[in-house]
Amino acid sequence: KNPEWQERDRLVLSNGHICPIWYATLARAGYFPVEELDTLRQINSRLQGHPHNHSLPGLENSSGPLGQGLSIAVGHALAARLDKAKHRVYCVMSDGEHDEGQTWEATMFAANHKLSNITSLIDRNNIQIDSFTEDVMPLEPFKEKLRSFKWHVIEIDGHNIRQVVDACNQAKAIYEKPTAIICHTIPGKGVGFMEFEFDWHGVAPNAEQAEAALKELREEREKISSSDL
Amino acid sequence: MIKIINPRAKLTDDLFSASIKKMGTRDGYGHALLELAREDPRIVALTADLPESTRVLAFKKEFPDRFFDTGVAEQNMVGIAAGLALEGKIPFAASFGVFSPALTWGQIRLSVCYNDANAKIVASHTGTTTGADGASHQATEDIAIMRCLPNMIVLVPCDYLDTKKATIAAAEYKGPVYLRFGRDKVAAITTEQTPFKIGRAEVFREGKDITLVACGIMVYEALKAAAELDKEGVSARVINNHTIKPLDKETILEAAKETGAFVTAEEHQIMGGMGSAVTEFLAAHHPIPVEMVGLKDTFGESGSPKELMEKYGLTSKNIVEAAQRVLKRK
Repeated sequence: KNPEWQERDRLVLSNGHICPIWYATLARAGYFPVEELDTLRQINSRLQGHPHNHSLPGLENSSGPLGQGLSIAVGHALAARLDKAKHRVYCVMSDGEHDEGQTWEATMFAANHKLSNITSLIDRNNIQIDSFTEDVMPLEPFKEKLRSFKWHVIEIDGHNIRQVVDACNQAKAIYEKPTAIICHTIPGKGVGFMEFEFDWHGVAPNAEQAEAALKELREEREKISSSDL
Repeated sequence: MIKIINPRAKLTDDLFSASIKKMGTRDGYGHALLELAREDPRIVALTADLPESTRVLAFKKEFPDRFFDTGVAEQNMVGIAAGLALEGKIPFAASFGVFSPALTWGQIRLSVCYNDANAKIVASHTGTTTGADGASHQATEDIAIMRCLPNMIVLVPCDYLDTKKATIAAAEYKGPVYLRFGRDKVAAITTEQTPFKIGRAEVFREGKDITLVACGIMVYEALKAAAELDKEGVSARVINNHTIKPLDKETILEAAKETGAFVTAEEHQIMGGMGSAVTEFLAAHHPIPVEMVGLKDTFGESGSPKELMEKYGLTSKNIVEAAQRVLKRK
């Protein structure tokens, strides 16, 4: 009801290109009408191709060019500390943007200031636009890198929402250190012709492909709901 | 010649005396920031390993919790400033101009301007008068890359007190501001009573034959040039055009109509700087002959500020010569 609620946790989206899923989440949560999702990337739309904070309620920051989000999150976290506020700052990041020097500048700074109110969620999907991360610019040993920068690191299955929630809760118990949650994911998970194909990183499916993909996902959901839940 | 000085500008009485007091523009910034911080808890200061050079050491001592040093990481400094601003703080992020905004343009564009974050980007050590460090440390392109950014205000004050007032005005203004000043101590030409308002150019000297539009340290050079031109019977108006964006169109247009010829003067590349901002406006609204004084598509080098100003054509003498040229085109 009030996106500007002062005590809200902050979500800084650093890898802005994943915003369609953010928009969809905000719309389903009631921030704006679901029908508006159809205007994505069109002229006069509030749903910009990469997010603009003043266009839509619920967006903390604008993003797109990679590597800038964690610094902004650090600013939010320092402000919270100055204000003795209890809310937390979550920064959603890609693995590829760890190629950017600024990401590591902010990683160093957050540890130096013991910003335990920051949790980063890194989508470790192993792909970037050109190819697999380990072919373009290897990040491994990724966990060790983050640990050597004095972050607390948790590794999870990024497709399992229970693990995501658990890891975020675990991070709240870590004092004196920011926490990075490396979310291991499979790009295109659940869609046979998309899984592990980095070519899909920057491409939207056409109507036919979308229908085929959704069909697979719906079938998968039915399987899960009949067995697991 | 003193009586031609606009009385409303309230400039110092010893304007052309050899003993005119010299003070650092960067000290004006440091002093203003400290005063602001004492009044307003939202003021925070950032620097990238340069607290002494950017004159925020006293701030650091008095407000250690509100002072952040990012180390040699200017891009991170600007991003953090944006985040702090989005939470309602008023961050001032300062470094040498060649580090920020030169290395931080993308961060200023996205994290500050596109977010419309109330962050202040501050550059000391701009212009060739940075001196002995050489061209690598002399920012002479920064005005061009800052004034093209949507939402950005660009301020280039002319002396210690002007910088102090510009800093206070930047804090009071809600939105991104770029504040530019230098390293060297420069003549203190304004007084406490000299007006300073964002978006209002100050007429420092009345004149009817030509207008000298200057910013930063070139304002004093323009005043000296006007005094020289006076001896030749040329009556020169001098404008301290401290706000390059948004341009004070009214004052510029009035001067263009009344004097019919302009010389612009800045310690910056001619391309894209203050003079460009003025001529872009004049070309569309009141085309008149203009000569531009500034760096002519060249880097500086090591030397004393005085030597560099002479070698690179940034003195009152160069403004006089430009005035003589433009008057012939009138």
